[in-house]
Amino acid sequence: MADRHPEPDSPELRARWGGFAFTPEWDAKAKEQIAHYPEGRQRSAVMALLDYAQRQVGEETRTQGWLPIPVIEYVAAYLDMPVIRVLEVASFYTMYNLQPVGRFHVQVCGTTPCMLRGAEDIIMACKQRGMAKGYTSEDGLWTLTEVECMGNCASAPMVQINDDNYEDLTPDRLDAVLNALAKGETPKAGTQEPGRHTVEPSGGPTTLTAMVTENHDYRGEW
Amino acid sequence: MLEDRDRIFTNVYGYQPWNLDAARMRGDWDNTKDILAKGADAIVEEIKASGLRGRGGAGFPTGLKWSFMPKQPDPNRPSFLVINADESEPGSCKDREIIRHDPHKLIEGALVAGFAMRARAAYIYIRGEYIREAETLVAAVKEAYAAGLIGKNASGSGYDFDVFVHRGAGAYICGEETAMIESLEGKKGQPRLKPPFPAGAGLYGCPTTVNNVESIAVAPTIMRRGAAWFSSFGRENNKGTKLFQISGHVNKPCVVEEAMSIPFSELIEKHCGGITGGRDNLLAVIPGGSSVPLVPAAEIWDAPMDFDGLKAVGSGLGTAAVIVMDKSTDIVKAISRLSYFYKHESCGQCTPCREGTGWMWRVMKRLETGDADPAEIDLLYEVTKQVEGHTICALGDAAAWPIQGLLRHFRPEIERRIADNVREAAE
Repeated sequence: MADRHPEPDSPELRARWGGFAFTPEWDAKAKEQIAHYPEGRQRSAVMALLDYAQRQVGEETRTQGWLPIPVIEYVAAYLDMPVIRVLEVASFYTMYNLQPVGRFHVQVCGTTPCMLRGAEDIIMACKQRGMAKGYTSEDGLWTLTEVECMGNCASAPMVQINDDNYEDLTPDRLDAVLNALAKGETPKAGTQEPGRHTVEPSGGPTTLTAMVTENHDYRGEW
Repeated sequence: MLEDRDRIFTNVYGYQPWNLDAARMRGDWDNTKDILAKGADAIVEEIKASGLRGRGGAGFPTGLKWSFMPKQPDPNRPSFLVINADESEPGSCKDREIIRHDPHKLIEGALVAGFAMRARAAYIYIRGEYIREAETLVAAVKEAYAAGLIGKNASGSGYDFDVFVHRGAGAYICGEETAMIESLEGKKGQPRLKPPFPAGAGLYGCPTTVNNVESIAVAPTIMRRGAAWFSSFGRENNKGTKLFQISGHVNKPCVVEEAMSIPFSELIEKHCGGITGGRDNLLAVIPGGSSVPLVPAAEIWDAPMDFDGLKAVGSGLGTAAVIVMDKSTDIVKAISRLSYFYKHESCGQCTPCREGTGWMWRVMKRLETGDADPAEIDLLYEVTKQVEGHTICALGDAAAWPIQGLLRHFRPEIERRIADNVREAAE
């Protein structure tokens, strides 16, 4: 099991987050999500609402966002659920940050398929920039986490930074991405290998070559 | 080799747009009403006849699974289709390509499958880390609603069918069907005891079928081209086409759709540019995602990549996630990293798994450097046997099998490391 602990409750935490409420934009999204489930089954939306709450906290703190206890209580009240039921969801699923994180959450995949393609070098490159696993850098820019398989195995190694994946990394390519982010730029997401499109064999697909240049309809050849 | 005209996922690399207009030009949503007009039972029979087996790992016959659903659903207990897009098995990366590049195949499949099992709605449970992919999927579902393809009177069939997207939040275990149902209900994703099976009492206590993304997404094409077409590929009992995902030590890792039963060597030579350093440099292969035992080079080379072919070499097809390891690999460390994965992902519900995955990982960690007693090899094997089969879900088995595969094939390597360690200590 993953070891996870919420940030301890404190008067300061209450003072900062006790008045948390969804902005009209997140509130609308929350109501839309709740409508996906049958009447009386609104707690099914708890995962989505925790995500929205974390994102709103992120907007307010200019970070990826996290879930202070008062925010978890707000979601519980919103869905008419006992707080403990929401807290146990928040602590079970690893994408909910239970502690503050930095502006960019650098999540390097370290599982075997990425490891075979050099994930350890990627983590080392992060460490050489001053990051440490489980910590946020002093400038508040980076939080480093080693995560488990992200499902990008055919374009490994990879890192997910906030909402985007950067694949086919080398330490140099990672540096280029991080430097761009630090400067406030938006680096191209996806594969960082020049000439590769997505997960076709590098150098060009061995199949479905007609699709490269046109939206080919194969039905005429059936 | 499979010809392009027989490939189902023609936009798998995303060279063309995923949107509805582009998908329609490729043949999706082409008179779906006609498919539904054949009737629910006829669709189930066609899928049965096609020989399609579940693409999520277990390989259960898809048509048969659909036939377990009630023929006349109780209006107070509607049936649900849950689509498993919680692709988290290390090595697996196929559903991601379907979702981000060909989402309409999945949504149309949801309607066809949902109609066939008389379901009221489909929930697509997509893993939380697929953030951009979920955005695409949600947008595609909106397009399908706007075009009247799903929702009330879906595709003009007279059948009402909803499709909802539910995002996970980073728990591998939610790929297990009953854990997924728990998670959909807003709880921790801890698997349920079976029976009752989901077809009897699943989501909200209602009849539910959980299917993998690929199993659902191929259904409309099978209906259009017929069971005989689909079953013309692959060996008996292993029919159809399949998305293979090759990662690790090949020159060109990729995702590619091929005929089932393609020999391993052909898959690697044709699409992946060969093993890094050449065929003689191959050490071992994990052919079906991290949960299946590894297969040494000599045994895998000519093996047909299908359920039975890989079972015959002591492993399994799983999700067809092929992890290739060449001779530069520290094989003990590669498997030890998987042990860490299972330790991290155990949900904690069953003691043998919660305690066992951590224990196995710690021993594996010491075996990496040989810091162990030779007797611990047998002890480790015994513990894997005590975890295997003694837990509610298969995560315990999945944690045990890679270690068993390692001990079966690479025991001398582990013994060498222990001997070296002892000698170094003495010196």
